[in-house]
Amino acid sequence: MKGETVIEVRGLINRFGSQTVHENLDLDVYRGEIIGIVGGSGTGKSVLLRTIIGLVRPIAGEVRVFGENLLSLPEERRSQVERRFGVLFQSGALFSSLTVAENVALPLIEHAGLPRMDATRLAGVKLALSGLPVDAGRKYPSELSGGMIKRAALARALALDPEILFLDEPTAGLDPISAAAFDSLIVTLRNALGLTVFLVTHDLDTLYSTCDRVAVLSQKRVLAAAPIDEVARTDDPWVQAYFNGPRGRAATFAAHKGKD
Amino acid sequence: MTLPSAPGSAILTRDAGGARLALTGDWTLVHYMELQARANELAGTVGNDVHVDIHALGAMDTSGAFVIAEMLGSRRTQTLSQDESLPPARRALLKTVGDAIDTYCKGVKKPRDAGFVVLLERIGKGMGSFWKQTLKLLAFIGITLQGFASTVLRPRHWRMTALVSHIEQTGLDAVPILALLSFMVGAVVAFLGSTALASYGASIFTVDLIGFAFLREFGVLLTAILLAGRTASAFTAQIGSMKAREEIDAIRTLGLDPVELLVLPRVLALLVSLPLLTFIAMIAGIVGGGVVCLAVLKMSPSMFLSMLQADMSLTQFLVGIAKAPVFAFMIGVIGCMEGFKVSGSAQSVGEHTTSAVVQSIFVVILLDALAALFYMEMGW
Repeated sequence: MKGETVIEVRGLINRFGSQTVHENLDLDVYRGEIIGIVGGSGTGKSVLLRTIIGLVRPIAGEVRVFGENLLSLPEERRSQVERRFGVLFQSGALFSSLTVAENVALPLIEHAGLPRMDATRLAGVKLALSGLPVDAGRKYPSELSGGMIKRAALARALALDPEILFLDEPTAGLDPISAAAFDSLIVTLRNALGLTVFLVTHDLDTLYSTCDRVAVLSQKRVLAAAPIDEVARTDDPWVQAYFNGPRGRAATFAAHKGKD
Repeated sequence: MTLPSAPGSAILTRDAGGARLALTGDWTLVHYMELQARANELAGTVGNDVHVDIHALGAMDTSGAFVIAEMLGSRRTQTLSQDESLPPARRALLKTVGDAIDTYCKGVKKPRDAGFVVLLERIGKGMGSFWKQTLKLLAFIGITLQGFASTVLRPRHWRMTALVSHIEQTGLDAVPILALLSFMVGAVVAFLGSTALASYGASIFTVDLIGFAFLREFGVLLTAILLAGRTASAFTAQIGSMKAREEIDAIRTLGLDPVELLVLPRVLALLVSLPLLTFIAMIAGIVGGGVVCLAVLKMSPSMFLSMLQADMSLTQFLVGIAKAPVFAFMIGVIGCMEGFKVSGSAQSVGEHTTSAVVQSIFVVILLDALAALFYMEMGW
């Protein structure tokens, strides 16, 4: 499975005021894998994601995406690299003044230079790809349910056919059925489009059903990054509590039952 | 995808063995326009008998797959995706896009044409919503009065802290800008009066002009318009963002009354501060006019004051200040009502804030015109 490294984080330090979030954090993400990032609240999962996509400037350390350090690139080059990844924010972050279809068509018009007509048609296909009904495209984000917003945001993240997809808690706030559907959608898209997926989540079922590897953030660094069964055996109180707590056991049971 | 790549091409050949469509090159978003144009040329000619060969295809992403799927139709794309000799990732992509295009094509409707009928429809809708808006305003006035009536005799339900804080925000904080504004308008009116009246040799009556204008009209009108812009918008934004974050629902489920908690303190604060501000505006306007009189007409301060005292009766002041509570009530009610009408999005907060300012200025000027007619008929 180990292919080319697409994201490389070395010696990352993030600090807000006197509070240190990351201390010498290292992480590698390989092409074509789905990596799940887990950790307790406040361990800096979202901060790590935001650092990798260049929204947070680290105190020290280096983040390379496709071998490029985003923060040191000139504006033009940076924008080119940024087009190669799509981001699904925690609450969707759809532009509320645009319809769903316009939200998806926006990057196509702005970056790929497509005429509005073609962009809208292509946006319709992306929406269908994310499992939304066609009439959803004409609605405004405030008219959609939580699950539909996530799907629409996924369609926008996929608009430019990115190579890396960043998902920040994609199944949070979804009912179990929608969450399971979203999980299988991500696996399907990864297989069809050859995506690399960087997934921040709390959802144990998502971890078991989608992730190739799991990275545990704890004590300000990556405690373990390995396939899930291996990680679950790590001798660390937090990891043990996480994977062998009542929810963890239920998810493990469900996952193994599914495989049988 | 940023690497330079050869745009995809599609070549249709016919020989004894039948027609063959060979696709080569990269079918990606970068080349979308060229691919789309080529696909449109071929669209009619690719029949079901044409054998499609995509083994020599370079890179392909969803956009490229979409062009291919659209050219071939979803059924043929499905057949193509079952070709065992293609790599599984490519087959999966074709299948996914083929399915997506199926759902997409089923639901596409024709856009409505914009014409005369649509214009009429919009006018009708506009009238309907204006009527509904008026009804809502009347209903909200009723709710506010009812809320006031039910709390006025129960001092435990008086929100004194909120009231005082709103008086500070809407009244005290507005004093500097309002005084400056009125002072300048007073000066402008005095200049205008002295110029226009000079040709009749009556420039001394500039004093009366300033007095009448500010006591009867300008003092209260300037204050009301300033507060409509400053306070009605603030009320809408405050209540609107609370509504958007479900805080209003939380107030209701806690068994509290949002009207008592949010509307009454704001409306009452305006009822207190707008008349006081009106008084300040009147004084500032007269001072502004007075300064111009002293400077341009070479009038002495005592003369200005004695003329003002002789010609202005108390009625002029009362007639002006009597409008202040009415304006205050309407501005407060409109500001709060628009806040409650906010739904979900950030854009909605903006829309309703604008609407609150426009409506309250409209209502203020409308009421002022009606009052002027009424006073004239009464001979006040």
